[in-house]
Amino acid sequence: MVKVIFRDKQWELRPGMTVRDAILKLGLDPEAVLAVRNGQLIHEATLTQDGDTIRLVAVISGG
Amino acid sequence: MRHHRLALCAEHFLDWFVSYTQRTIEEFHMFSSSDRLLVAVSGGKDSLALWDTLARLGYQADGLYIGLGIGGDEGYSAASQGKAQAFADAHGLTLHVVDIKKTYGESIPELARRTGRGRGKPCSVCGLVKRHVMNRVTLEGGYAALATGHNLDDEAAVLLQNTLRWQTGYLARQAPVLEATHPGLARKVKPFCRLYERETAAYALVRGIDYIYDECPHASGATTIFYKELLNRLEGHSPGTRHSFYLDFLRAKKKGQLLLPAEEEPDLHPCQQCGQPTTAPGLCAFCRLWA
Ligand code: SF4
Repeated sequence: MVKVIFRDKQWELRPGMTVRDAILKLGLDPEAVLAVRNGQLIHEATLTQDGDTIRLVAVISGG
Repeated sequence: MRHHRLALCAEHFLDWFVSYTQRTIEEFHMFSSSDRLLVAVSGGKDSLALWDTLARLGYQADGLYIGLGIGGDEGYSAASQGKAQAFADAHGLTLHVVDIKKTYGESIPELARRTGRGRGKPCSVCGLVKRHVMNRVTLEGGYAALATGHNLDDEAAVLLQNTLRWQTGYLARQAPVLEATHPGLARKVKPFCRLYERETAAYALVRGIDYIYDECPHASGATTIFYKELLNRLEGHSPGTRHSFYLDFLRAKKKGQLLLPAEEEPDLHPCQQCGQPTTAPGLCAFCRLWA
């Protein structure tokens, strides 16, 4: 499975989809987050693999 | 075309980002290599990425951190100051710190509560205080300009907001360089104005800059975030929308294709207390907060 972490939330998804599809599946906006795996920024077209832990980092700031 | 620059490998992306910033500085005649700059540093991704980039480009750039006193001893302000100071120490850069409570007697939340401004949110007081302090430190330090980390998304969100309300005065003034129209006003520049927020965040991550991920607790529900989300949805449908919306606006304005009101010189005079220019008779809005 693929573990996805965003802020204080955590999900488990099946592997083999693109990072972009994983973000969409979680109901998040792909424009609003960046994905990091093993400390490295990964492209949204990257295919997720079994055992991955992907951390999503919010892009938007404001105020 | 979707964020084609993020498809570059890490090393090329970092190189591209730094040289693109330099090209923006040149294109808008922001400053030269002999100028001393002050960077407004919040501890967030944009301001630390900007400070990093300017230092790498060889500019003499000091930082200014304003301690707002939000969130108590271990809260947002303390954490963001820690990030800003750690970055300065690690890179041998000078960070000026102005702690609002220590300098003026009250933190931003306390000041907002006492003055009752901003309908329960400290943001209007906060913005006013930050503008005053940034202007003061830039002028007192003899800096040629104040550089802020505003990115393309910030600028496009403001443009959308101002366009929807036909705020023609604000539209006339929105620009990557705000000239010092008065000796008491600092020149302001935005070297990241052509970079997407995704790109500044990616730069900070790939460069390994330790920035504060958390937002100021008062940012939730901020109008800027709402407009950014709207623009993100547009961008999802037609990539490049934000870029052309903002940059074509700047181009049209430069060519005189937009009929915006000519900037009237406001009648400015020195505040009786702090000396900064103000249109108000007597004390400026900042000094009235503390009166
Ligand atoms: S969100 Fe409001 S209170 Fe927080 S730093 Fe921004 S302007 Fe200040």
